[in-house]
Amino acid sequence: MDKNVDYSEYAVVMRGITKRFPGVLANDRVDLFVKKSEIHAIVGENGAGKTTLMNQLYGLIRPDDGKIYINGVEKIIKDPNDAIAAKIGMVHQHFMLVDRLSVVENIVLGQEPVRGPFFALNRARKEIKDLSRKFGLTVDPDSIIEDMPVGMQQRVEIIKVLYRGAEILVLDEPTAVLTPQETNELFEILRSLKSQGKTIIFITHKLNEVMAITESVTVMRLGRVTGVVKTSQTSPRELANMMVGREVLLTVEKNSAHPGDEILQVKDLIVKENRGIKAVKGLSLTVRSGEIVGIAGVAGNGQTELTEAITGLRKVESGKIIFKKEDITNFSPKKRREMGMGHIPEDRLKHGLIKTFPIYYNFILGEHDDPKFSDGVFLKIKDIRKFSEDLVKKFDVRPPKIDLLGMNLSGGNQQKVIVAREIAFDPVLMIVSQPTRGLDVGAIEFIHKTLISMRDKGIGILLISMELEEIFSLSDRILTIYEGQIMGEVRPEKTTTEAVGLMMAGHKLEDLHQEA
Amino acid sequence: MGNWKKYILNEKIIISLLSILISLLVAAIVMLMIGKNPLVAYAALFYGAFGTKEAIIDNLMKTSPLILTGLAVGFGFRAGLFNIGANGQVIIGALLAAYVGTMVASYPFYLSIPLVMVAGMVGGALWAAIAGWLKAYRGAHEVITTIMLNYVAIFIANYVVNGPFQAPGGVPKSPAIAYSAQFPNIMSIGATSLSTIIFVSLAAIVVVYGIIQKTTIGYEVKAVGFNPYAAEYGGISIGKNVMLAMAISGALAGLAGTTQVVGVYGRYFGALGGTMGFDGITIALIGQNDPIGIGLAAFLISSIRTGSNQMQIAGVPKDMVTIIQGIIIFLVATNRIIKTLKLRKRKEAVEL
Ligand SMILES: Nc1ncnc2c1ncn2[C@@H]1O[C@H](COP(=O)(O)OP(=O)(O)OP(=O)(O)O)[C@@H](O)[C@H]1O
Ligand SMILES: [Mg+2]
Repeated sequence: MDKNVDYSEYAVVMRGITKRFPGVLANDRVDLFVKKSEIHAIVGENGAGKTTLMNQLYGLIRPDDGKIYINGVEKIIKDPNDAIAAKIGMVHQHFMLVDRLSVVENIVLGQEPVRGPFFALNRARKEIKDLSRKFGLTVDPDSIIEDMPVGMQQRVEIIKVLYRGAEILVLDEPTAVLTPQETNELFEILRSLKSQGKTIIFITHKLNEVMAITESVTVMRLGRVTGVVKTSQTSPRELANMMVGREVLLTVEKNSAHPGDEILQVKDLIVKENRGIKAVKGLSLTVRSGEIVGIAGVAGNGQTELTEAITGLRKVESGKIIFKKEDITNFSPKKRREMGMGHIPEDRLKHGLIKTFPIYYNFILGEHDDPKFSDGVFLKIKDIRKFSEDLVKKFDVRPPKIDLLGMNLSGGNQQKVIVAREIAFDPVLMIVSQPTRGLDVGAIEFIHKTLISMRDKGIGILLISMELEEIFSLSDRILTIYEGQIMGEVRPEKTTTEAVGLMMAGHKLEDLHQEA
Repeated sequence: MGNWKKYILNEKIIISLLSILISLLVAAIVMLMIGKNPLVAYAALFYGAFGTKEAIIDNLMKTSPLILTGLAVGFGFRAGLFNIGANGQVIIGALLAAYVGTMVASYPFYLSIPLVMVAGMVGGALWAAIAGWLKAYRGAHEVITTIMLNYVAIFIANYVVNGPFQAPGGVPKSPAIAYSAQFPNIMSIGATSLSTIIFVSLAAIVVVYGIIQKTTIGYEVKAVGFNPYAAEYGGISIGKNVMLAMAISGALAGLAGTTQVVGVYGRYFGALGGTMGFDGITIALIGQNDPIGIGLAAFLISSIRTGSNQMQIAGVPKDMVTIIQGIIIFLVATNRIIKTLKLRKRKEAVEL
């Protein structure tokens, strides 16, 4: 039957795609139709099978069943080389960059330009500069990846795909790591790509983005397609319901905070980033028990270094960190944990998770020598498994199989594992960085509720987030960070996102008042 | 599906078994090319390794220290460390064991045997910990430092058994250790004896398996080996665990040397260490860092070596064994490459 169907108006058609992993049906007869030069969204809960579907389009894994048509012609895509040949490019949910190499080196990797026997990096450098100028994706071609903030690394990934001449771009949660401004810039790029005839498949959990930039949407749930709609004929609420299968609260409800004593004090902190340049420049702040202090800021303004310094993962140049009235500036990460400091790290695959450990091992990272889980010599495997079974249920980690390796979980579920672990360990202070990055609306609702209820139990929370909305809806006080310094403190109910946005761009609070 | 079946069908095991099979086939082709009958050669090899009681005893006694050095290197690998210095650790461990062994004549065996064993393990552990310390706190790569320490160990041993710790008679060997420190034999046939040290090696497999799978130390060491950033985040000290893993690795190598002193020679002498430290690398690779796998790999390597004499008598050069061994390692190692690639792909696949 399929043989006679004409798919030539579609850039991508996937028919009846089925993919089974041990114990999980990740894609169950999935159909996807993407018209030429449209922006098509795929949305769905964590673990719904979005990434799996795209990995099959890009040849990273082979479908068990189903067919793929590119521009109306059936294609068998055995590996990414086949996909690149079919002009398909993919920007992955977790970046695929070599940390130690520079931007140019990463971009040309696999297609190294040569002149005779020599590596002709200069030519590539120029091409990259042209590309990045053309699309407004400014990056320094000679920066080393590991020294760059995630937002910048994202740009490198996009340039890399463009450099390979992709006509069909798959972007797997590209905005999860971007600031609102960066997202707008990205959207500009996507629009201009689209106007040049490129087709874009866009995975996201942010429904306002779906509304803003896409033409049509495919909704997935538990491995199946549960809806295909035109963007103009739907609403965020309807999409959320289709994804989760129930009514979702899109805003958080909370009562006013009852803060107690100051639990964390940061005084005149100076911290350097990897290249030895000061990233945190004499920053001071306090967090009291029972309040959420939000730090708003554009990525790369010292947030990473600040959190790493507070949690003991980075050396402090000068200044003091006082936790529970004790100077902990030079304490080990372990000591800080023992004193009750929890940490949800920004980069979940680098710090938060050991990919080759099963879930139940990941659940005790940091607590593995606690009497609950170890008698001093032996791990109490039975207790650990019991504890993990409970957490997996409580936090709805899917699939709920504690023997699964960390790397076999979907991105959102990896995040759930980390959040669950840090909350379960009963901290008195939580350093929380991008807690809902990559989570679906249902999970975000759950994490937000959990953070609020922790606050109400008297836990102090320092929240670093690139999502202004998240900062506004959770924080009791908002500090804005710019170039390693706090530009001002405001209360969410007494300010506007515009004011905070201006501070994020380097305007001091006092200046704003003067102008007003 | 039963646990048993899962274990047998494990990807790792399939890779190792396939590698062995292919290497035997390739070696057979080489034999055909030089005009020898591979069936005859393999029959002789098999007979040489298992055909007589002496052969079996000889085989087991060769297996015993290889298990220990294999475990030593394999444990290091688990922590992401490449301990090429097992040879030096074997020597220092054996020397120290022999030295303590000469001083415990007045003690009963239940004191002198543990004393000697502990001395040997501490010797190996300290020797390896030097490299561990240099790595953890000075950033010196363990491959370089352990190789250098191998030479230092050899020079120390040569000096000691030619001077201050030399048995009378001008031969470079130490005095004999006390009778109370020697492990008894299970049986002897002519000059070949099966010593109880084989049980030390078997026990070590169980202990190392336990450490890796069941203990907090094993958890930390693996965490550091897999993802040092996440380990540090979890409050696990990288420096401490690098040193600890090196020390445990060295203790196992030291124990290998000790068993030769207390169970085979009754003293230290120059060639005691042989190449068992380097063989440990081979064995850890073939056994894929799994304690049970290492036990089997040690037995395999020992068997083809023990049988090679008979093969030589049957007219096929003994060196064929080196070829077989080389091909196995090559295949296992390249399979690891293939697996790593697969793993990387899956990682992308999994949750990009
Ligand atoms: N290699 C694998 N082995 C076992 N299960 C896997 C593997 N890869 C993916 N899965 C499972 O397949 C399901 C779909 O995962 P997928 O990564 O496609 O989800 P997703 O929709 O991209 O979710 P998220 O929004 O969290 O990124 C999940 O349950 C996941 O655990
Ligand atoms: Mg995904």
